[in-house]
Amino acid sequence: MAERNMSMRDALRIALHEEMERDDTVFVMGEEVAYWHGTHKVTREFINEYGESRVKDTPISEMAIAGAAVGAAMAGLRPVAEIMTINFAFLAFDAIINHAAKIRYMFDGQFKVPMVVRSATGWGMQATASHSQTPEPIFAHFPGVYVGCPSNARDAKGMLKAAIRDDNPVLFTEVIALYPKPSPVPDDPDFIIPIGKSDLKREGDHVTLVAYGRGVEWALQAADQLEKDGVRAEVVDMRWLRPLDMSLVFESFKKTNRCVVVEESLPHFSFGSEIAAQIQEQMFDYMDAPIKRVSALDVPLPFAHDIELMALPNAQKVVDAVKEIL
Amino acid sequence: MAREILMPQLGADMTEGTLLNWLKQPGDQVQPGDIIAEVESDKATIEVPVESGGTILELKGQPGDALTVGSVIGTIGEAGESAPAPAKAAPVEAAQPAPAAEKQTNGAATAEAEAVDAPPAPPTPEPVAEANGDYPDGIKASPIARRIAAERGIDLRQVRGSGPAGRIVKSDIEGYVAPPAPKSAPAPQATPAPAIAGQTWGTLPQGPDVEIIDVTRLRSRIATRMIQSKQQVPHFYVTSAMDTQALLALRVELNNELPDDQKITVNDLIIKAAGLTLVDFPNLNTHFYGDKLVRYKRINIGIAVALPNGGLMNVVAKDVDKTSIGVIARRNKEMIGRAREGKVKPEDLEGSTFTVSNLGAYDVEHFLAIINPPEAAILAVGTAKKIPVVLADGTLGVGNQMKVTISVDHRVSDGAEGAQYMQKFKALIENPMRLLI
Repeated sequence: MAERNMSMRDALRIALHEEMERDDTVFVMGEEVAYWHGTHKVTREFINEYGESRVKDTPISEMAIAGAAVGAAMAGLRPVAEIMTINFAFLAFDAIINHAAKIRYMFDGQFKVPMVVRSATGWGMQATASHSQTPEPIFAHFPGVYVGCPSNARDAKGMLKAAIRDDNPVLFTEVIALYPKPSPVPDDPDFIIPIGKSDLKREGDHVTLVAYGRGVEWALQAADQLEKDGVRAEVVDMRWLRPLDMSLVFESFKKTNRCVVVEESLPHFSFGSEIAAQIQEQMFDYMDAPIKRVSALDVPLPFAHDIELMALPNAQKVVDAVKEIL
Repeated sequence: MAREILMPQLGADMTEGTLLNWLKQPGDQVQPGDIIAEVESDKATIEVPVESGGTILELKGQPGDALTVGSVIGTIGEAGESAPAPAKAAPVEAAQPAPAAEKQTNGAATAEAEAVDAPPAPPTPEPVAEANGDYPDGIKASPIARRIAAERGIDLRQVRGSGPAGRIVKSDIEGYVAPPAPKSAPAPQATPAPAIAGQTWGTLPQGPDVEIIDVTRLRSRIATRMIQSKQQVPHFYVTSAMDTQALLALRVELNNELPDDQKITVNDLIIKAAGLTLVDFPNLNTHFYGDKLVRYKRINIGIAVALPNGGLMNVVAKDVDKTSIGVIARRNKEMIGRAREGKVKPEDLEGSTFTVSNLGAYDVEHFLAIINPPEAAILAVGTAKKIPVVLADGTLGVGNQMKVTISVDHRVSDGAEGAQYMQKFKALIENPMRLLI
């Protein structure tokens, strides 16, 4: 089937639109998703097509948004709740972690919670320390809620559709810096990327770069640079932090024996920590070097843009980390 | 509650010791610090103290057994208590080959000296790197490098590491070419064949005209070290002759005032001079580690001591630049005494940064010493002799002259620095009052 080049913003919009067309129980809710068309314009024109019953502006209360979504999902609808940025999702922690993630288990399957919380993540836009975080690994800590984060437009479409169709709660984070970036996206309205499936983004045999979200972009740029020095890096896009699909990482590591984890988020108790721990537990006899992590610096993000960029990972930091362990 | 007695590490590079005899028996009461055994290490006979007091319940090992550092050599507890079941071995023991097994492996670093009665085995080539106790088996290697080496039977000590900070990585193992196997002819079963790097000279002579002597651990260790030094360290030598009249006169003057047990030897003064000179030449107080030079802030002078039963040992005069000649002399006398009696303490032997070898007592003109790696230099001191000299007024008189040669590792230093060192050293010997300041 045909593919079209489009931004991640459009791919998400089309995915949402197709799912609302396909299933009447799917609806969107959140701050300014209706008449202002969403802060990130993913729900542009939805209000005109589906009306207020399926496109709901909410009060400025993340706890109310997520809590109402849990109730709607338990009652048989498929809410897609937008939380403007994931920094505000801390206010919805109770609804997401104590309710959405636990209900199916605690009610012994009598209730399902087929909800999606969409939220923008990422930093580097001078949004200051409290609005510039990437805490998706924190949410991935808890069993009962899936956590995904696409690295490009194509994956965004397939992953969001899988999230909406699944009967379990999903936290779906979207990197703000990736919204405008285009890639070829299948037109197929049933194009699905299954939950918990990682993806090989580039083949190589000297080092495995493991990333998700924006980290994939840095890993691919680093791989380009490394190739000029004769180093062929393999890039694995994890896509989902929960369930965490380590199969490609292990397969790749058996070949390369070296790994650098790239993450936009903080290093302490992080995505990188988890990947490194699993590799050393399962792949010890294949290790030829320590596992390196390229993360943001362990600081509240500075406002001044030049210092902000110093605190963030980038392709050069990935290249440097690879060279340290070669 | 019974406690294990572990074989202590009685020297920085000690991995095992041969049990000479137990000084305590099961049932004996001991206090912390009591000596329970004497063991022979590569370097010396060492007393093994016990860390905690109580009643000795059990002692493991017979004289002649090799005791691995960290292994359980006995148990201690309350009188009447029984020793715990052997299954409760210390973890460190499980991680290391048992002494008996070790004798038959070619792998452990100590096998060099242990192979005396081992079955015929190909001679072990010289290790490419010094063992470092921080790493498993003393070798820095990645897990996959270890696994592949084990699968292919490659001795990691023979592989050069190309990874960060010398780590042996997978490509080093894959690219490793084993040295050619020796051309058959294993030595006869009874032949002492210490696995020091060196040559075998065909069949061992036998019969009534020869006496066959086992190579001691100390001899074996000296042999390995000296081969290493002569093969790997590019030596250069600078010899200087110096007037010792003032030095000898000063010594007489000092000793007039001192009781017998505090008398100062010529060697003590030379060691002081060698150390003071090093203050101005830190590059010679440096050890060579491949891609790194380790420059020592303390000046510790190793003193080569000939042992009555053959062999030699370096005892170490610590901080000679900061220590008065009287204290140096007293400590040297004690350490040298202990070395000659075979009762040297581990701390007597540790920390040498530069060595002095003095054969002055044997009426030698001069000689060249072999550097004790990883040190950068060694000083060889000949005999002070009466010689005809031209005096300041142009007439002929009797002088007293000593020739001293410094051997220097050319990887660390160059001829000019060696010569400058000797110049400064000579000035101190000829104006020895400065040794007292």
